[in-house]
Parts: sequence; C-alpha cells; structure tokens
Amino acid sequence: METFDIAVIGSGPGGMSAGAHAAELGLSHILLEGSPKHSNTIQKYQKGKHVMDTPTKLPLRSPLDFSAGTREYILDKWEEGMTSTNTNIQYGSEVSAIEGSKGDFTITLVNGKKIGAKFIILGIGVQGNPRKLGCPGDEFEHVQYQLDDPDEYKGERIAIVGAGDAAIENAIGLAGSNQVCIINRRDEFARAKQGNLDLITSSISEGVIECFYEANPARIEENPSDESRYIFFLSTPTGEVPVPVDRVIARLGAIPPRRLVESFGIEFPNDSPAALPELSSQYESNVPGMYVIGALGGYPLIKQAMNQGYEVVEYIQGNNIEPADHPLFVEAFDGLPYDKTIDEILEYLQASSPIYNGINPLNFREFILDSKVSQRAPGDELCVKGEFTDSFFVVVDGNAYVKLPGVGEFHFNRGGFFGEQSLISGRRRTATVYAGEGCVVVETPRRSMVKLINSVESVKRVLDEAFILRALQTKFAPNTPHDQLAEVVANTELKTFDANQNIYTEGEHGDEVHLIRIGSVTSVKQSNKKEVITSYMPVGHYFGEAGVMGDGMRTDTVRANVRTETICLNKASFVTLLEKEPGLQKEIQSHVRDRLTVEARMEAQPKGGELMSFLMSEGLGEGTDVLLIDETLCVGCDNCEKACAETHDGNSRLNREAGASFADVHVPISCRHCEHPHCMKDCPPDAIHRASDGEVFIDQEACIGCGNCVRNCPYDVISLQKNPAPKPTLLHWLLTGKGPGPGGKQYAEGETIKKAVKCDACKDNAGGAACVRACPTGAAMRLNPKDFVDLVGSRFGS
Amino acid sequence: MYQSILNFKRARYLWLALAVSVMSIATYQWHQPIGMPNGGTWLGYTLGTIGALLIVWLLLLGMRKRSYNSNMGTVQGWTSAHVYLGTALLLIGTLHGGFQFGMNVHTLAYVLMVAVILSGFFGIFVYLKYPNLLTVNRSGDTLDSLLDKVLKIDDRSRRIAATPDLSRLVDSAIDGCEIGGGWWQQLTAKGSSTISIPNAFDSDGQEKSQSNKDQALVIDVLANRLSQLSGGGDEAGAVQGLIANFAAKQTLLRRIKRDVQIRAILKIWLYIHVPISFALLAALITHVIVVFFYW
Ligand SMILES: Cc1cc2nc3c(=O)[nH]c(=O)nc-3n(C[C@H](O)[C@H](O)[C@H](O)COP(=O)(O)OP(=O)(O)OC[C@H]3O[C@@H](n4cnc5c(N)ncnc54)[C@H](O)[C@@H]3O)c2cc1C
Ligand code: HEM
Ligand code: HEM
Ligand code: SF4
Ligand code: SF4
Ligand code: SF4
Repeated sequence: METFDIAVIGSGPGGMSAGAHAAELGLSHILLEGSPKHSNTIQKYQKGKHVMDTPTKLPLRSPLDFSAGTREYILDKWEEGMTSTNTNIQYGSEVSAIEGSKGDFTITLVNGKKIGAKFIILGIGVQGNPRKLGCPGDEFEHVQYQLDDPDEYKGERIAIVGAGDAAIENAIGLAGSNQVCIINRRDEFARAKQGNLDLITSSISEGVIECFYEANPARIEENPSDESRYIFFLSTPTGEVPVPVDRVIARLGAIPPRRLVESFGIEFPNDSPAALPELSSQYESNVPGMYVIGALGGYPLIKQAMNQGYEVVEYIQGNNIEPADHPLFVEAFDGLPYDKTIDEILEYLQASSPIYNGINPLNFREFILDSKVSQRAPGDELCVKGEFTDSFFVVVDGNAYVKLPGVGEFHFNRGGFFGEQSLISGRRRTATVYAGEGCVVVETPRRSMVKLINSVESVKRVLDEAFILRALQTKFAPNTPHDQLAEVVANTELKTFDANQNIYTEGEHGDEVHLIRIGSVTSVKQSNKKEVITSYMPVGHYFGEAGVMGDGMRTDTVRANVRTETICLNKASFVTLLEKEPGLQKEIQSHVRDRLTVEARMEAQPKGGELMSFLMSEGLGEGTDVLLIDETLCVGCDNCEKACAETHDGNSRLNREAGASFADVHVPISCRHCEHPHCMKDCPPDAIHRASDGEVFIDQEACIGCGNCVRNCPYDVISLQKNPAPKPTLLHWLLTGKGPGPGGKQYAEGETIKKAVKCDACKDNAGGAACVRACPTGAAMRLNPKDFVDLVGSRFGS
Repeated sequence: MYQSILNFKRARYLWLALAVSVMSIATYQWHQPIGMPNGGTWLGYTLGTIGALLIVWLLLLGMRKRSYNSNMGTVQGWTSAHVYLGTALLLIGTLHGGFQFGMNVHTLAYVLMVAVILSGFFGIFVYLKYPNLLTVNRSGDTLDSLLDKVLKIDDRSRRIAATPDLSRLVDSAIDGCEIGGGWWQQLTAKGSSTISIPNAFDSDGQEKSQSNKDQALVIDVLANRLSQLSGGGDEAGAVQGLIANFAAKQTLLRRIKRDVQIRAILKIWLYIHVPISFALLAALITHVIVVFFYW
C-alpha cells in the first residue's frame, strides 16, 4: 500500500489548491479525484460560462491562478498550475471508505485500491455522486449519468432512465435526432415541473418518445447482433422486456455526500439537509487529522475554497497563519469602540449572547463576516415597523429599545436580540427599534441566520420561545408584561401543516386558536355541495376563536395554502389571555363580526370561490405582490413588457402571454415576491435580498450566474440574461428608425457574462411598477393576496 | 377594482371634457361677432388656440406611452384624458371655424382632424370590445398552443397516410397550408392555402396547384376517396383518420385565423390614427401660418 503524508480527496477548487500547495512545498501528497477530470463541478458548468471571482475584496491565496473568466480559461489555468507545481493527482479514484486515525488513515477506493495517509483533506463538495443504475452492465462505456450537449448525438437509440426534470429535458432534447425511450419506475411523472410534464406527456402520446412505465432496469448486455450496441432488459409488471439501445443515460439524481462523510466518522449537528459538519477554526473535523474545506464545509464560493486549500496545508504543517479574510475583518471592525485585536473582538462578540454559544469559532468568523457590526447613534432606527427587512439583531454593548404604547420603553441590553418575527414569518417588521446609549449591534442577514438555525439546535429553541412570547403579546396582550405571559407561552405548541392540508374541518369539534406565523390559509365552507372559499388569511391573523367563544363546533374548514406554521393555543390558555387583557374580548368579537361579513359576501358568489381557488392553485397565496391581467381589458400591445425591459437593462422580467387564466383573470409569468422566496434558498454569493417593501431582488454585482435560483423558483420567473449594450434615445429612434426600438435590445460584441434577472417590483422607481403604469388600458395590476377578496367581489359582486 | 379607459377614476376626464364643451357652446351662443362667426374673431382665436394646444397634447400621448420612466400619471390616465378631450376637440374645432368650410387648407386641417377623431372612436371601440372576443376564441389556449396542436395533427396525418399517393396528398396539403400572411390576409382571416392533387385522386390528369382554402378541397378529395373504398381495409381506415384530422385542423385554423384577425384589428387602426394625426399637424401648421400671413 502506497502511503503519503497528506491525501487530498476531491479536486475541486479547494482540493486542487491544497494539492498544489503541498506539491509546491515539496510535501509527500496525493490528490484523489473520483471523475476522469479535475474539478468536476466546474466541468459541469455550461460551456463558456463566465465564472465570477466573488467576493472580490477577498485576496486570493493559492498557488493556482484564479480571476474571473470563462470556464474554459479557468480550467486551463488550473491544469497549467497543477502541471507546473507537479501536483500528484490521480483520476478515476473515487473514495468509498476511510478507516484509521490521525497519522495512520487507510483510504479505500471504489476500485478496491487502498492508500495510506497521515492527514486527510476532504474537499468533495456538495454536488454528490450521481445515483447509479445499480444493475449488471451499468459499467459499460455508453452508460452515462450526464448529458452536456444533446446535439452531440445523432441517429442513436437512447434509453433515458428517470422521471425528473433532468431526465425529461434530456429526452426532449435528444428526441429530435435520435430514437428515444424513457424509463420510468412509476406510473406517472410526478416529480417534474408543470412545463416539463406537459412536454413529456404530449411527446409520449404523440409517439415521439416511447415510455416504459413501472419499469426497472434489470441488466444491460452487449448485443451480439449489429442491430444495436446493447440490449437493455427491463423488468415490468408484465415480465421482462428487451430494448435494443446504443446508449443509456441515467438521470436518477445525486446522492448527497453526507452519508459517505458520516461513514468517515465526521458528525453533523442534526438531521436538517442544510446542516454542516462541525469544524475547528483550522478546518479540522471531530476526527483528528481529518480536515474539511470548500463547499462541504459550508463555503460555497470558489475563492473561499481555494484559500482554505492553501491554509489547511499550512495548518497541518503547524503554521498558525492568519486566515486570508483577516483584511476583511480589519475593514469590518473599523470604527468600533474597542481597543482589541481582531481575534479578541471576535471572542468578545461571541460571548455577548447565549444565541452564539453553540457556534464553533470558524463558523462564527464567517457569520460575522456576513453580518454587519456597528456602533449606532442614540435614536437611530435599527429596524422600522412596517418594513419588509428580515435581518436579525443582537445587542453587543449599550442598549436598544422599543416604545410600547401604554407600557413604556422596553430595553434590549447586551445579549438581547430582536428581528426574529420578520425573520421567521417573512412579514413586515412588527415594531420599530431604536438605538440607545452606546449601542453596538450585530446585524445578520437572513441567510446566515437560517444557516445558524439549521446547524445549532439551541438557537432555534431560543428564537421560537421569543417569537411566541412577542407574537402573543403583540397580537393579544399588548398591555400585559412578559413575565405574566410565561405560563401561556409554555402551554402553546407550534404546529406545521403542508400545503393543502386541512387544519380543521367544518363540523368537527375543536377549541384551539391558531395564530399564523408562517404561510397563509384559506377558510372554506360547504355550500350546495360545493366548496366555497370565504376568506384568505396571511401571517399575523388568527382563526378558530369562534370555537372557544361558542359551542366548540367548527363552522368552516381551514386549509393551508402553502407550508404553514401556527402557534396553537388551547382553550385554557386563550381564556387566560382573555382574563388578563380586558380589551381583548371586545376586539375578538369585532374580529369575528368582520370575518362573518366577508364570509357572507364570498358565500353569495360561488364563482368567486372558484376564482379564489384558481389564484391559490397558481401559488399566489405565498406572494406579496402579484401581477394580474384583466383579459377583458388587455389589448395585447405588450407595452407592459416593453416598459419593463426599458426600465431594466433591456431585459423584460415578465412574460405577459404565458401563464394560466381563469374567469378572465390572467396570471402572467412574473415574480410574486414570495414571503419565503424559494429563489433565495441556494444562492452561493447570497445575492438575492428583500427590500423594505418586500420586493425580492437580485444584486447584479454579486450574482455569479450559477442558475440555482432559476431552478429553485417554482414559477419560472428568473432567467439568465446577458446585459444589453446601451441603445439610441427614443427621439433618435423615432427620427431615424435606427437601432432597436422600445422593448428591443442589442448586445456589445463578445458579451458573454450571463446573470440572473428577475422582477424587482421597480423598487427604485418612486412611481412603482413600470409595467402597470405603462398599460394604456388599465389591464395590468399588481395586488397583494389580501386584495383578492376585493378582486373577487368586484368581479362577481352584485 | 379594474377600470376601463372610459371609467378611469370615475371618468374624471369625461367631466372635464363636458365642462370644456359646455363652456365653449355657451360662449359661442353668447358671442355676437361682427359678421359670421369664424376663426378670425377673438372667440375664434381663443378656441383655435385651445384646439391647437389640445392637438399637440393629444400627439404627445405617443411620447408619454414610451417614456417608461416617467412618473407623470399613468399611461391609462393619459389615454382616458386623450379619449375624452380628443372627443371634445370635435366641438371646439367646429365652433372655432364657425361652420365656415371651403376648398382651402383650413378645411383640410378640419377634415383631417375629424378623420383622426373618427379613427379614434373606432379604436376605443375595438379596445373595449375585442379583448373579450380574443379570450372567447382562444378558450384557454394560446396562439402558440394552437399552432402546436396543428403541428401535431400534421405529424399524425403524415404518419397515418398509408399509401404513397395518400402521403403525397397529405404532404402537399400540409406544405401548402398558409397561416398569417400579409396584413390583408390577417385582417380578413382568409388564408391562401394550396394543394396539388395526385392523379390517383383526380381524373383530369394534371397535378397543378389549386386553392385549398379553409382545407375544403383536401377534405373533399378524401371524402370522395372514402366513398370509392367502400370495402373497408387499411386505406379506408387511414382515409377516415385523415378526414378527422383535417376536419380538426380546419377548426383549429379557423380559431387561429380569428385570433390573428382580432390581434390585427387591435393594431391596424393605430396605423391609420397616427399617420393622419401627423398629417393633421402639418396641415394645422400651414393653416396657422397662412392665417397670419394673409390677415
Ligand atoms: C452552475 C454553478 C455555477 C457556479 N458559479 C460560480 C462562480 O461563478 N463563482 C464562484 O465562486 N462559485 C461558483 N459556483 C460555486 C462553486 O462551483 C463551488 O463553490 C465550488 O466548486 C466548491 O468547490 P469545492 O472544492 O468545495 O468542491 P467541488 O468543486 O464540488 O469539487 C468536488 C470534487 O470532488 C470530487 N469528488 C466528490 N466525491 C468524491 C469522492 N468520493 N472521491 C473522490 N473525489 C470525489 C468531485 O468529482 C469534484 O471534482 C457555482 C456553482 C454552480 C453549481
Ligand atoms: C393657433 C391656432 C389657430 C389659429 C390662430 C387659427 C386662426 C384662424 C383664423 C384667423 C381663421 C379665419 C380664417 C378666415 O376666415 O379666412 C380660421 C379659420 C378656420 N380655422 Fe383656424 N386657427 C387655429 C387653429 C385651428 C384648428 C386647430 C383647426 C382645426 C383643425 C382650425 C380650423 C379652421 C377652420 C376649418 C376655419 C374656417 C376656414 C374658413 O373660414 O374657410 N383652426 N382659423
Ligand atoms: C385630433 C385628435 C387626436 C390626435 C392628434 C390623436 C393622436 C394620437 C396619438 C399620437 C396616439 C399615440 C399612438 C401611439 O403612439 O401608439 C394616439 C393613441 C390613441 N388615441 Fe388618439 N388622437 C386623437 C383623438 C383621439 C380620439 C377622439 C380618440 C377616442 C375617442 C382617440 C383614441 C386613442 C386611443 C384609444 C389611442 C391608443 C392608446 C394606446 O394604445 O396607447 N384619439 N392618438
Ligand atoms: S400593457 Fe396592458 S394592455 Fe398592453 S399587453 Fe400589457 S397588460 Fe395588456
Ligand atoms: S423569483 Fe420565484 S421564488 Fe423568488 S420571490 Fe419571485 S416568485 Fe418567489
Ligand atoms: S414591477 Fe417592474 S420589474 Fe417587475 S415586471 Fe413590472 S416593470 Fe418589470
């Protein structure tokens, strides 16, 4: 068995940088790469993709070059760098197991080979390995798990295995010039996006693509006759079916690397898919001698990964070098009233609040870099009631306060925190918080908080408790001090409901009151054997109180529109609240009355209920600002699209004609500014934000064009676009007719950089949405879902 | 909640236009010019000036519509005011001239003004009426999805054409099928599809291109063929399938043409409205110059 001092696993930017630095230092090392080429993740980017070097301010520290450029350019540079440093890279060496301990690890490869190492650096990223077919013959040359360019293949017989979007897109892409069949384990395509679903079902019914339902790969054999390369045997409910094929493409998704990593002995704090392994400030995992860098360690950008590759080799050598992000901290801490070193300030910050207790120092560094630490002048507004911002604050020194009418000021001192309401519910700020004397605060963006909540168990608990207490107080007991609510809070329960799940049903008994904290619900009633939607309730609304006040019989069905979480109060707790707050009884009665009026109105218009159901089924219930077009007014002039393009770098962010319609209401493809934007979920540079009025927008400077948001938005509203070149003025166009007119665009030669673009609700324009203002007929309107009741009323009311 | 151009903000510009009109009429009634009322009196000058300013402002709608960054009202508001004040202009212009018409540039300006306004009436009529027709005709489809369906039917037809002769017939019918076309064809919803009938189906012995308007001829030929194949068999099945396909295609094509037609009508009138309004501007300038030179 060959043995090395350092074995680096995975040759992404992180691993490669580590390998090259070890080579540069003349250390005994090996770089093991599972695929046939280095940096598999980057190899898989689209051809010619412009790779960005964010964060630009972070200096690069690696023997390999890296600056923004095309994918090909960067891959070539790395190749050169590895050659010139003599990096010992071994391809086709997928690691399947690691045993042993520091100084004496044994690495086992999938091909059975074993390699010894004193130290291990894991840089295998988070892409995971494609799920294999797992049947005899899956090792044949023309069995593949990826398709770069469908145009490469012509006149072949190709079997696609899988039923997800990737499989469908491949099948459609290949069907033009090949004979394609698709193999689906189930009897329908349930996991695909609607657009793909339509495409594949129509292709199948047209006979363009053949589909084998409920079919499992049994084995692949070489075809003895020349008719095709292989014969693919499928086991189906009616027996085995042989299919002659030249190529098999399996798109079965990827196996997240977590299982593998855990098998090496590395621990994760919890089961959340977003959880990260715990690391020391020198990237060492709980297994001594085993280090984790790059995306796997929670650093999703190339430059960070490369720097860590360099640093980790230094740490293994025993050199306690300053991390590359040091200069960034110097800048970030500039102006703070502390006479301390960077590390001392970090320690001081971390000690400030129990929320930070469970974070390891390395993650805390990253956390603080993502956050903003600042001293604020007394009286400064830290967050403003009614705004849609969603950052989270911790007071480090001095204090901050809210003004509570009737109660006075409530102070947050060192360690106190606020902002959890908007963070969790995705709704407007519920209070304005002012800076007090000597106020130093850490303001953390939503994404870092979400990461923290997912990786440190105690944080979620502390935040939830505070959330419930403050939400109950704001909603039901503004005049009752916190300590008197402790018992009620202890008796509440957080309940989660999936989209379309009934929270309770008409006619059943129940006396719990729900306060919505995430999502939204609709109330439905049976009327003439038909369901009629009678109201829509977003976050901050409560329901079920009629059960407590009355006989405990539910008079309506309440259903979650999207994944919804409620604070659930039992009858006893609710009665306690009523006793403590004398005004509450009255308020609730008027609330019930208002609700009943709306419900009666809606019940009188069953057609309106159908329209409401349609709007909900289009996913508008999770939006805050949705574009709807009245088809009886729209003349199809597309001035809305032109306006959007003209006010947004030439790229329209809405597609008027596409999208569904019902009862003359058309839902064009355009951002809904979701409460919990799916698009934000997985953005490596954290470039997607919410502005103070709830507008979800992409920071064009920061976007690296990876396309994750494009995939994550369920409503297809984001696209990758090149930035068009400036064009002649309107007058010039009117007079000469030269160049692109309104709504048109032109590109500079050689422009290749593509970035994600989407509707930003015209947040920078004082007048609001340009698409709406430009519509000559008044057909286009942007609405908040809570206006839907009025919309329905105006359409179907008498 | 949604408001049409006419109802915009409770039709506030209707009231403005009415007020302007009533005032013009009242003044005109009250005014006792020396001689006939005409553009040369002080009231004439006043109404003329108001009219000319209105025309310039009405023309500016074209600019405002394309000033996408502008926060000066909404385009809908502008259009609503445009429609009402444009209509009031008819009265103002008429009163200004004091019903004095002749063969001169003044009257040319007046005629052009009336033409623009009438085309505007037509425009507002189609804007209010046609979107609904469009939705009804599409009934849930989009133009793209309709075209897609046609392509799929064509594919299917090509596949089931069982004999070489049927294949040639089907290919010729599909290749000769025309959708869209020039303005005229779009507006009239008439296609100029053609077909050449293979000899096997047609005794006249020559294969020349003939009109297959509304897919009528191909359906006819297929129906004839079917009656010849009374014994059933593969070809009869194929022909039956083809008849169904072409009938379905015929229905789709009618809807597509109707869609194209409605869209065209929604646009075409602006190609009349706008150029005449520029001609009006030219005539108006001439009129004003003439008036100042010869007075
Ligand atoms: C489409 C897209 C575009 C992006 N664009 C940018 C950009 O412009 N700028 C930017 O900074 N970031 C970008 N990113 C993010 C960037 O790609 C990642 O942050 C970066 O690749 C992480 O590097 P890594 O070294 O941690 O892991 P990876 O690059 O994922 O490398 C892991 C390597 O390990 C190998 N491997 C995995 N398992 C094993 C195993 N068991 N045994 C052996 N080898 C194994 C893999 O084959 C792979 O080569 C983008 C991401 C995507 C998806
Ligand atoms: C600044 C604006 C205007 C001025 C100063 C103006 C002035 C005049 C004058 C002085 C006359 C009398 C000419 C004559 O009797 O020979 C006149 C007549 C007339 N004007 Fe105008 N005018 C103006 C705008 C308009 C407009 C907007 C229209 C309509 C489009 C119009 C249409 C007419 C007509 C039809 C006559 C009657 C012609 C005739 O008497 O034979 N004018 N105008
Ligand atoms: C002399 C009087 C008028 C002039 C000079 C005039 C001029 C114009 C101009 C320049 C446009 C802009 C078109 C474009 O750029 O796309 C326009 C649009 C329009 N006009 Fe007029 N107009 C007049 C009267 C009227 C009247 C009387 C009506 C209706 C009763 C009317 C209805 C409209 C409508 C509906 C539009 C379309 C708005 C749009 O789609 O953007 N106009 N007109
Ligand atoms: S601007 Fe208004 S009328 Fe024109 S296409 Fe858009 S929604 Fe329709
Ligand atoms: S882009 Fe998509 S996911 Fe993001 S806010 Fe808009 S609609 Fe929601
Ligand atoms: S609100 Fe603004 S950015 Fe959004 S679609 Fe309309 S014009 Fe475009």
